[in-house]
Amino acid sequence: MSKVLVIAEHDGSNLNGSTARAVSCASDLGLDAVDVVVLAADGSAVAEQAAKITGVSTVLLVQNAANENAVAAFLAPQIEALAVDYSHVLAPSTTFGKDLIPRVAAHLGRPQISDIMRVESATVFDRPVYAGNAVVTVEAPEGLVIGTVRTASYKAASNDGSASVETRSVDVALPSHTRFVGLESGGGGDRPDLQAAVKVVSGGRGVGSEENFKVIYSLADKLGAGVGASRAAVDAGFIPNDHQVGQTGKIIAPDLYMAFGISGAIQHLAGIKDAGTIVAVNKDADAPIFEVADYGLVADLFEVIEELEKAL
Amino acid sequence: MKILVGVKRVVDFNVRIQVKPDGSGVATDGVKMSMNPFDEIAVEEALRIKEAGNAEEVIVATIGPKACQEQLRTALAMGADRAIHVLTDEEIQPLTGARILKALADKESPKIVMLGKQAIDDDNNQTAQMLGALSHWPQATFASKVKIDGDTATVTREVDAGLETLSVDLPAVISADLRLNEPRYVKLPDIMKAKRKPLEVIEIADLGVEVAPAVKVLKTVAPAKREAGIKVESVTELVTALKEKGLI
Ligand SMILES: Cc1cc2nc3c(=O)[nH]c(=O)nc-3n(C[C@H](O)[C@H](O)[C@H](O)COP(=O)(O)OP(=O)(O)OC[C@H]3O[C@@H](n4cnc5c(N)ncnc54)[C@H](O)[C@@H]3O)c2cc1C
Ligand SMILES: Cc1cc2nc3c(=O)[nH]c(=O)nc-3n(C[C@H](O)[C@H](O)[C@H](O)COP(=O)(O)OP(=O)(O)OC[C@H]3O[C@@H](n4cnc5c(N)ncnc54)[C@H](O)[C@@H]3O)c2cc1C
Repeated sequence: MSKVLVIAEHDGSNLNGSTARAVSCASDLGLDAVDVVVLAADGSAVAEQAAKITGVSTVLLVQNAANENAVAAFLAPQIEALAVDYSHVLAPSTTFGKDLIPRVAAHLGRPQISDIMRVESATVFDRPVYAGNAVVTVEAPEGLVIGTVRTASYKAASNDGSASVETRSVDVALPSHTRFVGLESGGGGDRPDLQAAVKVVSGGRGVGSEENFKVIYSLADKLGAGVGASRAAVDAGFIPNDHQVGQTGKIIAPDLYMAFGISGAIQHLAGIKDAGTIVAVNKDADAPIFEVADYGLVADLFEVIEELEKAL
Repeated sequence: MKILVGVKRVVDFNVRIQVKPDGSGVATDGVKMSMNPFDEIAVEEALRIKEAGNAEEVIVATIGPKACQEQLRTALAMGADRAIHVLTDEEIQPLTGARILKALADKESPKIVMLGKQAIDDDNNQTAQMLGALSHWPQATFASKVKIDGDTATVTREVDAGLETLSVDLPAVISADLRLNEPRYVKLPDIMKAKRKPLEVIEIADLGVEVAPAVKVLKTVAPAKREAGIKVESVTELVTALKEKGLI
């Protein structure tokens, strides 16, 4: 029997939306079963959410005080122990999955397929390289397949499943060389999570300052949108790092992406290739962002936002 | 204490790459090559740790063909003390690369191996974590701040939820994210000096590393192009268009 194990991403109480996207990819493999594992300190609430994802057969719940925070050095040995029952192991290609999965793969002596964007067969996958400027079709060697899923390429599986939840105890020695100190969140407030948001309003260096970014937040709130940014805006301290969109930030696929004062460097565009509709506002008519924008407006971003706020 | 830094030669980040029409890969002939930007940051951080008195020697290493020595010389010009070139004309995938770096680490016993979080050509984001696993060392990936205190490092990491801090015992693997530092500019006299710094060439076969099972690249294609859009003349026109699509 060939089965796939999907590693759930969560914060202890809520399942992250990237998990249901990874399940969509897992379902495309066409195997006998899709299982999800929740590694947590106290994870029954998260396991219940995972059990509702359509297409999931069994949710494995592994509880251990060491799983309070997602530390790769602790999670990896537990996943390695569970992997013996599976032909495939997948996790979302978020910073959680990117940090964790190579550690599992290396220990098991397996190569890893990063950022799966399409399943061609149970061993053949498409993945982006060069910031998405080329797509390679790769074949995994015989044996356990380990990979991460480019979540922007998949819609979340729906939510009408009823998988069983099985508690598992995994008896492996965990290292003592790593200590979790803390997590400081960027403080997006009540705004939608960037990776799940249907609409995203994004600002670049052209916004000019942290103070000016208020107009971006205000427009986002009016639209019920998440807030994104270019690397230049983050580097300049206009906005915290967890808002960065692009090759080395978040890869997103909202229905609507509005870029204000962003030039459109390839590294930024890598993060928005899957957006439904892209709107770009830039005062430079030659800015490369206009090459990908569905609607481009050559104008001052502050004037445009003021008018937009009135029109909405 | 020694720091070992991985340096990879990649297509320069400013190059608009072209996919070969026959699907065999990306055209690299005559294309500008540079040090992976994340590795430049890793070299810079290692130098700063040394300059702060927390390390004695910075060793840079690359795995690849002869031409990679150009990037090693750049790292030496930045201030690294010596370089190791693991010579191969074969394609090296991350797991084998990590095994090679482990063999170097076993030889040199560094307290920190500093790598880039991802190479901007293949974007795998694997090597550092794999090296951590193989060495049974802690890993602190996507670092935006590193503080060394005796035998521990406190590392701030850029994660999707914000900034996470881990404390790890040394030896450890750290991978550099973009905001860790701004690499220094190399000055001409340093380039001259770098030519005289030691650069050891090791044949891959002499390291006794087993090549890992490999992922086979079947074809390379250009990504689906977005349809060209239109320019609107006014906010009113924009709002009308977005309303028609049901987006606002
Ligand atoms: C290895 C690597 C990885 C990278 N990863 C990322 C990444 O993940 N994400 C990312 O975004 N970048 C990334 N970058 C950086 C990228 O190359 C660009 O430097 C960055 O995206 C530029 O940001 P920007 O468009 O905000 O700034 P700029 O390029 O400076 O553009 C600002 C724009 O604002 C416009 N403007 C100014 N004022 C106004 C106004 N009043 N009204 C309207 N328009 C105005 C200007 O015309 C200009 O086009 C990476 C770079 C490297 C080397
Ligand atoms: C012609 C050709 C085609 C290829 N096509 C593909 C392909 O389509 N898909 C694919 O996955 N691989 C391909 N490879 C292999 C590829 O070049 C990479 O070497 C390998 O996949 C490592 O991935 P990465 O650099 O993205 O690793 P990452 O894990 O992203 O690299 C992270 C860090 O590890 C260190 N590091 C990585 N490699 C080296 C090195 N050689 N020397 C020193 N430090 C290093 C650096 O510090 C780097 O910043 C190809 C190679 C060749 C020669």
